[in-house]
Amino acid sequence: MTAELCDLTAHDLSAKLAAGDVRAIDVLESTLRRIDQVDERLHTFLTRTEGQARTQAGLVDERVARREEVGPVAGIPLALKDVFCTKGIRTTAGSKILEPYVPPYDCTPWERLQAGGAVLVGKTNCDEFAMGSSNENSAFGPVRNPWNLETVPGGSSGGSAAAVASGQAVWALGTDTGGSVRQPASLCGVVGFKPTYGRISRYGLIAFASSLDHVGTFTRDVRDAATILSAIAGHDPRDATSLPEPAPHYGAGLDAGVQGLRVGVMEDWLGTEGVQPAVRDSVRAAVDRLVGLGATAETASLPHADYALSAYYLIAPAECSSNLARYDGVRYGYRAPGGGDVMEMNMRTRGAGFGDEVKRRIMLGTYSLSAGYYDAYYGQAQKVRTLVIRDYEEAFRRFDVLVSPTSPTTAFRLGEKTEDPLAMYLSDIFTIPSDLTGTPAVSIPCGLSPDGLPIGFQIMGRLMDEATVLRVAFALEQDLRFAARPPLLEALSA
Amino acid sequence: MPVEIDVQHVARLARLALTEEEQERFRRQLGLILEHAENVREVAAVDVPPTSHPIPRSNVLRPDDPAPSLSHEEAMASAPEEESDRFKVPRVVEQE
Repeated sequence: MTAELCDLTAHDLSAKLAAGDVRAIDVLESTLRRIDQVDERLHTFLTRTEGQARTQAGLVDERVARREEVGPVAGIPLALKDVFCTKGIRTTAGSKILEPYVPPYDCTPWERLQAGGAVLVGKTNCDEFAMGSSNENSAFGPVRNPWNLETVPGGSSGGSAAAVASGQAVWALGTDTGGSVRQPASLCGVVGFKPTYGRISRYGLIAFASSLDHVGTFTRDVRDAATILSAIAGHDPRDATSLPEPAPHYGAGLDAGVQGLRVGVMEDWLGTEGVQPAVRDSVRAAVDRLVGLGATAETASLPHADYALSAYYLIAPAECSSNLARYDGVRYGYRAPGGGDVMEMNMRTRGAGFGDEVKRRIMLGTYSLSAGYYDAYYGQAQKVRTLVIRDYEEAFRRFDVLVSPTSPTTAFRLGEKTEDPLAMYLSDIFTIPSDLTGTPAVSIPCGLSPDGLPIGFQIMGRLMDEATVLRVAFALEQDLRFAARPPLLEALSA
Repeated sequence: MPVEIDVQHVARLARLALTEEEQERFRRQLGLILEHAENVREVAAVDVPPTSHPIPRSNVLRPDDPAPSLSHEEAMASAPEEESDRFKVPRVVEQE
């Protein structure tokens, strides 16, 4: 099958729209056709918004017809993970407890994209409250990986990753708290980018762990990542954690190359038991490419990163147990029937409304914050966080970027890790450290395993230095020319 | 060794009604997760300050300008139960 409009990059489509070669409505119809063809098998969307999307696309076409200048996100089909509040459009966070919830306001990222003429095709499936690494924790059933329907797309933003990988959206937003953008991007063969903590406003996002939650992007290439980031980044007075520093235009300097750039290779991580040989080989080959392009590569290490996973699984549940206290069955969302008094109603609502993993983490967080245990667990984890931050600072004195696999493995089979939470948690072992430190990191596809599944290459940068991360990613992407597509798409009739 | 936790007590603190099967499963799983997580104690020395936030900020304020907020109808629109334009809940007092 030849590529259709829905398979192109946003920058290609934007150029065609501006030149009058295609209309936004054509791009949208191509995308909606693809959704009709594959969504039943992939279960990517929880809510589809085609009616509204047609209106939005029509407005863009009218502006182009009037020869008004439209921006780089105008007319481009977008999907949002179902934790981004969208006014008048159901937003569930993949949870039964929010199944009936229709937000009365828009989150800032969507507000900014909407102002730029973006076309929203739907809200994507995800692990409940963004807690998970496989999308199997969605209350509405798992997403399947377009590369192999028996495998998971990763998580928690699995629906957004699968949508972009399968042409059901040209780009998408997700959230990354422990790797929930980069890991599914890796498993689905797309670009997943998490900028610096606070770079993108979280106003209107359903919170999981507030000191760790980041908004991130899913795109087909690095240029698109820079484009959509530029459209949504920047200070927002409605989010107290939003960075006051002005956000640069991330497309500038993308093609400056990597000559003389110092790349730190996470050899310890590559040597970890559990890293698949194909992943190790592919990542090493990508490092060689960077050296071929003029960068230098040396072994880097983050001595306390081994403790990052433990720290994360104390800090994130602690914050989630506090954030999710608001779901009490009183003001919005699901309420369990019966219940003699308020306490009983709260307990029954939460017991029936939350799924296993969410309950597990609320319990874990409640325990580690409870009297007598706070210092031993949460307090210690916060100290480890300091040590990991110091490790990064130290490493970035020697290196401009650090590189590693994004995840130890390619996509795993549905059900493979659901009975073993610890095994599931290990899937995020290489992505968690950059969430603890708040530093920018990207995953780009760097090859396929022998069984035809994508492998992700992670590039981590200094705080606030998205530009270098994107520059390295762009150089590597141009050199690797990863062009494989999910077999599912090849099998579609045009 | 897996950590022993009082699941019923924690579930009540967390306002979660759990089935007996869930209590047993979470007791086992949380014990294992905490056992693994305990290694944070190996490295965190007393002289290391805790980090609560990757980019520390304090006293983030915005101008106190009045602006329109949600209407009463919008705020009530998703209420599971309401009466006379108010959120309705089961009785709060007289629990004993």
